[in-house]
Formats: sequence, structure tokens, C-alpha cells
Amino acid sequence: MGLLTVTSPHAHGPQSVTRVMRAVLLATLPGVAVMTYFFGPGTLLNIIAGGLVALALEGLVMRLRQRQAGPYLRDYSVLVTSTLLCIALPAYTPWWIVAVGVASSVLLGKHVFGGLGYNPFNPAMVGYVVLLISFPVQMSAWPAPRGLAEVPSLGDSFVAFFQANQYDGITMATPLDLLRQNQGELMSELTSSRAQFGALAGVGWEWINIAFLAGGLWLLYQRIFTWHAPVAMLAALTLSALLGYDGGSSTSGGPVMVHLLSGATIFGAFFIITDPVSSAVSNRGRLIFGAAIGVLVYLIRAFGNYPDALAFAVLIMNFAAPFIDHYTQPRVYGQGDKR
Amino acid sequence: MGALIDQFPVLAAVAALLGLGVIFGAILGFASVRFRTEGNPLADQINEILPQTQCGQCGYPGCRPYAEAIADGDAINKCPPGGEETIQDLAHLLDVEPEPLDAEHGVEKEPAVAYIREDECIGCTKCIQACPVDAILGAAKLMHTVIVDECTGCDLCVEPCPVDCIDMIPRKSGIASWHWSLPEEDPVRTRIIATDGAAA
Amino acid sequence: MRKIHDIHGGIHPPERKALSRPGELQTPPMPGRLVLPLSQHIGKPAQPVVAVGDQVLGGQLIAEAEGPVSVPVHAPTSGTITAVDRFAIPHASGLEDCCVEIAPDGTDRWVELNGIDDYRAFEPSELVSLARNAGIAGMGGAGFPTAVKLMAREGRSIDTVIINGTECEPYITADDTIMQCQPREIVLGAQMLAYIVGAEHIVIGVEDNKPTAFAAMRDAASGIDNRIEVVSFPTKYPSGGEKQLIEILTGKQVPSGGLPSDIGILCNNPGTAVAIYEAIANGRPLTRRIVTLTGEALQNPGNFEAMLGTPISHLLDAAGYRAEQNNRLIHGGPMMGFALHSADIPIIKTTNCILAPTEQELPTPAPAQPCIRCGMCAEACPAELLPQQLYWFARAKDNDSLEQHNLFDCIECGACSWVCPSQIPLVQYYRAGKAAINEARQEKVRSDRSRARFEARQERVEREAAEREAKRAQRKAAAQRKAEGSDGEDPVKAAIARAKARKQAEESTE
Repeated sequence: MGLLTVTSPHAHGPQSVTRVMRAVLLATLPGVAVMTYFFGPGTLLNIIAGGLVALALEGLVMRLRQRQAGPYLRDYSVLVTSTLLCIALPAYTPWWIVAVGVASSVLLGKHVFGGLGYNPFNPAMVGYVVLLISFPVQMSAWPAPRGLAEVPSLGDSFVAFFQANQYDGITMATPLDLLRQNQGELMSELTSSRAQFGALAGVGWEWINIAFLAGGLWLLYQRIFTWHAPVAMLAALTLSALLGYDGGSSTSGGPVMVHLLSGATIFGAFFIITDPVSSAVSNRGRLIFGAAIGVLVYLIRAFGNYPDALAFAVLIMNFAAPFIDHYTQPRVYGQGDKR
Repeated sequence: MGALIDQFPVLAAVAALLGLGVIFGAILGFASVRFRTEGNPLADQINEILPQTQCGQCGYPGCRPYAEAIADGDAINKCPPGGEETIQDLAHLLDVEPEPLDAEHGVEKEPAVAYIREDECIGCTKCIQACPVDAILGAAKLMHTVIVDECTGCDLCVEPCPVDCIDMIPRKSGIASWHWSLPEEDPVRTRIIATDGAAA
Repeated sequence: MRKIHDIHGGIHPPERKALSRPGELQTPPMPGRLVLPLSQHIGKPAQPVVAVGDQVLGGQLIAEAEGPVSVPVHAPTSGTITAVDRFAIPHASGLEDCCVEIAPDGTDRWVELNGIDDYRAFEPSELVSLARNAGIAGMGGAGFPTAVKLMAREGRSIDTVIINGTECEPYITADDTIMQCQPREIVLGAQMLAYIVGAEHIVIGVEDNKPTAFAAMRDAASGIDNRIEVVSFPTKYPSGGEKQLIEILTGKQVPSGGLPSDIGILCNNPGTAVAIYEAIANGRPLTRRIVTLTGEALQNPGNFEAMLGTPISHLLDAAGYRAEQNNRLIHGGPMMGFALHSADIPIIKTTNCILAPTEQELPTPAPAQPCIRCGMCAEACPAELLPQQLYWFARAKDNDSLEQHNLFDCIECGACSWVCPSQIPLVQYYRAGKAAINEARQEKVRSDRSRARFEARQERVEREAAEREAKRAQRKAAAQRKAEGSDGEDPVKAAIARAKARKQAEESTE
């Protein structure tokens, strides 16, 4: 009668790769919506175009590797990679830069190492760093947020998207750019004299970060990842910023709030460093992994050449993940004293 | 002397190196005498890896002699009972490239034990003399039998038997030796990147 | 009140226990044949003591224990031995093993059973041999010979007897049912166990999803001995794993590679406690057990008190089996049970459940996807292992790393596979890895022995050759000596001289 003779367990929980990836995509929605509100439809266009390129590339590579493409296209994993990359790109990045970035992510970041589950580095951050090094000008051209300038219309967005080289609307230095470029102004002078800083940490940016925080907390509630890495990263960043903030001299590292709610901090803490494939495995390992990223983000922001630092910090710690794993092997039931 | 060195500064370097060479050579020489290990530790380690079938298929009269030969530079792929696994382990130990099994010496087979069809045995003791591990019991003109637990499955008793009453039967069978094997994974038809091949 | 400890990890799969209506016990009709495997336990198979054609009575010994770690088998009812042969037994391999087949005659006549009224008048060792002769093997699933667990071990004393009424696997309600139907026997059996091992405490642990069984046990215990603790604790899979339950109830952990007795604990299933009671109080050997038949492919799921050896197909028919809706038959629960190759297999001492699910209920597993290293398996693992690392090592056949990462502490509960989003059959990797390591260990023992024997033989051959050589040299030397003697003096002349001398001597005496 054709009975199945598979191994136990015979029951399986509701979790699947598809569900995990879909949850991550859904969780980016609040952040993307707020970005669209402040910067216009540019980010959305990037995400859609990047997603199409990513799907096409994934299908192509799977065909070349003579594997079934279907399951891999349906599990949304490549869409997660491309979406995360596109969120990190400035709105109104030209289409070909988006395409190069997605191709770097999918091909260099992922498939060169064996595809889903084998990538030692966060693929979205690989793509981001390739772009940052190759196209530094375009990659720092963030548009001015709503409230400081007119937000482009959909038509303008298309024009900007298909432009040859660079966004020719109104670009404006981000709060982190201002901190980086600061020439001898006291912190209080800086934050009060520049409109970009807003109420908490930067016009637009503060709300974008809070929206990503909401999505991230929902993922945490859904048990898509554990709290260890994000909490460790935010705690370490807070601590570093506190230590480096000497009350507001011109050489200090910027207020804690700006570090926490500006740039890619929250997005990184909940969507980038929680990528399971390239992070440390155990919970203790993730604490170390997250904390180190927090410190690195601060160090690079305060002393490095780039205004934001998440991509570099994540890639550096991706290198260190196997090392962390080696030293954080958890104690097993029945092996010696309880810790 | 000093003048010579002043004239040819390279001599100072040569002298220094020579001096160092003599000192370290003396230390090494002393160490090699003082800490000499008895026997041949490498051959012992190799012998640990060999399956101890004592079948002689490698061309040596037993595993120990083959281990000594490997230590002296013989090929590591002459042991059919050990098969692929033994070659891998030897390659790992000796830090050489693993090679496929040398077919000249036989092919890898399921482990077997000898079984004497006892009513046909004429009690000639030839198999007893051939057995490298004394796993056959019996006396002249009396029936012989194999101690199954001690038999290495080397085949050496089969040839000498004048009445061909020895069979080699697979050692493993039945429910006690059954176990789960690794799940089957998708066969991979092409290799573009390294992980397209065997398991990570 | 006893403090309840939490264990690491664990999962909450749908329980589905109501399906089999715990607490109601049914008796299936007498089967047409019984097939009793000689190996229903861990250890050496029993040796048959009956031959084809023998008439046997219920409770009669049909196979005796072989060595200390073995368990005898008794006839569940009266009838005729029709075969002593190989039949398919409940085993993941689907292979056959030695069995005794009985054709019941329907009269169910029994041998005379002699129980003991006051077990406290007997030495514990005598009671252990009663348990041993009654053929009791752990009825929770593993089937370890109970008498072996009870035997006193030097330097270790047991202070706590735990009755494991957890039954954390989904679907199964056999222990729930026995706790509801025979709470008194369980408590009395637990007291006997405590007397045998000299334990002071008895703890009966029940998961909080079985309130009726908990109440029944509490009432029975307080009526007999109010020092017995009946403890309820939160439902979580796999709380019923022996090591997990011990941690929940005592906060202590069984050392890796050790046994509960190492920390003074004896853990037994309620069914085993009843079997002990029956064996000691009534002299009745273990010949029947409660089996849960459940799953949506059954019209009438429930708990059946079945004779050991009853074909599963017979029980399935009694439970209204709809074969066309059934995709697999599982011996045990959905988490740790194994799939049977056919229904023509008997139930044995460890058969707590036969699960006949439909395809919607337990779908055919999807093809495994690549591991995304999400770490959910490590979160779920009750042994605090790193399932994911073990998976990579098992795939790479890296036995050293597997052992280093404590593969042998894995209890194969399946929690890791259950949560795995990539649906990787992790447990199978671990089983294969364990088997490979065990095989390598055995192979090492074998090869060490072969080497020793080879070297001993080599030495003997050399010694014999040397002895032969020595003898030959001796003979040669002797021959040479003789030859040398002839050179010095002519032997003939010497003989003549001696003869002359003798003659002269004779003449002189005359």
C-alpha cells in the first residue's frame, strides 16, 4: 500500500525558509513607507527594479548550476537580499548602479560561495561596499528630506531613475555627513545651526529608524531571530557614543541620539546583522558579534573616512564569525557544572 | 685577523653564520642522541591505521611489514580491505595526496568471514597453517572450524584448502548491524563552484 | 512543594491527544495469531524453549533470557506453537528477526500464578529476580531490561524513584490512560521499586495537559502513602525524556555518558511500575500492554489493551482503519517513532502507540533546502547541543568533530528537525553519524585484537622455527662429537682391549 518509511520526526513545525524570508520582507514595509514619505518614491523604485534583476540573476545562476530554480525563486531569499541592499542605497540612485549592486550581491556575495546558506558575508553589504568603493559620489547623494525641500513626484523619480549619472535634484548632507565634515564647531552649534538635525537625530532619519525599529520588534516577536545581536549592537553603540561624547566639543563623536537614530543604525541592527547565515551561531556568540559591530560602527563613524559604517563593520565581523563560534561553543547537558 | 675583517666585512658575516651553524648543529646532534625514540614511531602510527586483516594483498606478509614499507616511502594505496577510508587516513597522517586504490592489489569488498563447510572438511590443517591470526581451530584428521569473532576475512585459508570447503560470507547481515545511513541528497550534475560537489 | 525547574529549548507541537480519548480502555478481539519477537528489548535476544507443535498456556515461558542483559518472553494466552522462525518485527529497518508464533486456542487457560502478599519480607535481590523472570523491559519506548536497572551497583545508592508520567509526545495517550485506569497499581509498583533500590523519595511527574491523570495519581498516592509526591509541570516537548524529566523535577543533570543512577535516581514508566506490581503481587509476567491507536486514518481511535504479539493489522481493523487515507504507519509518536514497512508486524513490549495519519495530517516531507544557519535548532535543542554544527560535521563524515561536539548527548528527540525552516532531516544525520562512529570504534577493537593475535602468532612461528633450528643444531653437534671421538681412538681396538681386560679379570678370580 506504499507506506512512507521516512525518518522521525514525522511532524514538522510551521516554520519554513519561505515564511522567514517573507516575514523579513513584510517587516521592512514600515521603514520603506516612511522612507518613501520623506524622500519620495525613489527607494520604492530601487526595490522593485532591484528585485526584478535579482530574480532574473537567481534563475539564471540556478540554470547554469543545473538545479531547480523554482524552490529558490519562491523562497524569497534573493528578494530579501536585493531589498535590503536597495533600502541602503540613496533614493534616486541611477538604475545601472542599482543593477550593478544587486549583481554584486547575488553573484559575488552569494552564489560564488555556493548560494543560499553558504555565503560567509552578508550579500547585501557586499553589494553595498562594492558600490560605495566604485561610485563614492553617487553613493553619498542623499536627497533632502520632506520638510527641508520639495519631495520629487513619481514622474521626476522615473526621470531620476533612468538618468545617466547622478541625481540632479536637491541633495543635502545627512546628519552623519555633517558630523564627519565638522570643522571645529561645537556640537551644540552644529546641531542647532543645521536644519538637518531635526528634533532627535535628523529630519526624516529619526522616523525612518523608528519605523525600522517597529518592523524589527515585530520580527523579534515572530521569533525570526533572537534579541542577542541587535541588543548587543545597540548597547555597544550607545556605550561607545557615551564614552566618546565629552559634552559637545568639536572633536567629540556626536550625540548618542544621533548615533542611534541616524543613518543605518536601527535598520542594520534588526535587518542586516541578524542575517543568520553570516553571523555567529550561538546566542553568546551573537552577543559578541553584535557588540563588536556596535563598537566598530562607532569607531568608523567617529574616526574613519566614511560618514556611516554599518557595511564595513558587518563585513569585518563576518570574517570573525567562525572565530567567535569556535570560542562560544555552548555547554552541553550533563557536561560539567551549570554555568 | 682584525685587519682582514676590516678589509672584507663579508668574512664577519660568514664567520658568524658558521659559528651559529656549529652551535645549533651541536645542539641538534645532542638532542638526536639524547631524545632518540625507540622503534619506528611512524610505522607504528601507520600500523594503527591499517585494518589488520593480515591478508597480504599489498604484497607484504602482513600489515606491520606494509606499515614499515609505507614509512620507507611505499605507496599508500595498496590495501583493499582498508579501502578508501584507510587511504584517506594515511594521506592525512603522512600529509600526502590521497590516491585511488591500486586495482592491482584487489578491490574493496564487504567485510567477510570464512566459513568451513564442516561435513566436507577432511582435517588437513592446511588452513590452520595459513591463518595469520590463529582463528581456525582443529587438529589433523579432525574437523576444523573458524572462530568467527577472530576471523579478519583475509581469504588466505581459501586457497590452501584441498577440498574447497571454505566459503567467504559477508560479515554483516541482519537487524543487529542495520543502521540509518545519511539522507540522500540531490545529485549534482554540474560543477561551477566548489560546493557544487560533495558535501561541504 | 517541589520546585519545578525549566529545561533548555523544547517545542510545543500540536498535542492531538484528545483524538484517542485518553482514559477509555478497549479490548480488541482475540487475534488469530500472535508473533512474539525474541528481542523486544535492548540486549541479547531471548532463547526459545519451545518447539513447533508444543501446547502452551498463558504466562508460560517460551523463551528464556540469554545472559544478564536480556529479557525472557512468555505466552500471552494458551495455544499451539506454530513456528519458531523469522518474521518482520517493529524496527526502522523493516527487517525480519527470530520470533515465536502462537495460534491461540481461544480458551485463554493460564499457568498457576503465585503472587507475594508481603514483598517487604523478601530481599530486594529476590524481588529483582522476580522482575527479571517476569520479562519486564522499560515500556516507555527504549525497552531497557528493568531488572538490570534495579540491580544494586556498587558505590551508588538510589535515593529517588521517579515515575515518568510525562508522555510528552503528541498523540500518545497510553500512559495517560494507564494513570487514569490503574493509579493504585502504579503507586504500589512505585513503592516496590523504591523498596528494591532502597530509595526514600518517590516522585510521580505528570505534564499539566493531563489533569485527569494527575488527579487520579494524586488521589491514589495520598490514599496509600502521603509522602509520595505527585508533581504537575508545564507541557513542553521533550519534557518526558528521562534526562529532561530528571532536570525538571530535581534540578540535577545526568552526567554526559552516565546513567540516572549516577546521581541517585531511578526513572520508570507508569506501565513498567504496573508490570512490576503485577509480577510481584500477582506473579503475572508481562504479556499485554496498553497501545494507543490514533491518527485521522482511523475511524475509532483509542487505547487498546492488547496481547503482545498481536499483529498491528488486527488492531488497526479494530480501530476502523481506512488504509486508502493513510500515508504511513508510525510505531511510537510523531516525533520519535519510526515508520513501519507494513502492518503485518506484531506489537511488542515497547509499542506505546501506532499512529496512522492522513497526508493532510502529517504531510510527506518536502525536499530539504540548504541550511540558512538560523539557529532555531540550537534554540530548540533540549540537550543544549549545536544541531547545525553537528549537521555539517555529519555531512562531512567528520567523526572527530562530531564526538567533540558531543553528538552522543543527542537524545534524537527531533525538536531540531521540527523547527528547521529548511526541513532538513537532522535526526537522520545524527543517527548515521552515531552509527558510523560506533562502527569505527568496533572496527578499532577488532583490528587491535587482530594485530595482537597476528603478532602473537608471528612470535610463536619464530619461536618454533628457532626451537627447530636449535634442535637441529643439537643433533648436528651430537653427530659431530661422535665423529670426532672416532678420530682419537679406534673403537674396534678399544672394544678388543676392553674384552681382553675382562677376560683377564675373570681368569684372576677363578
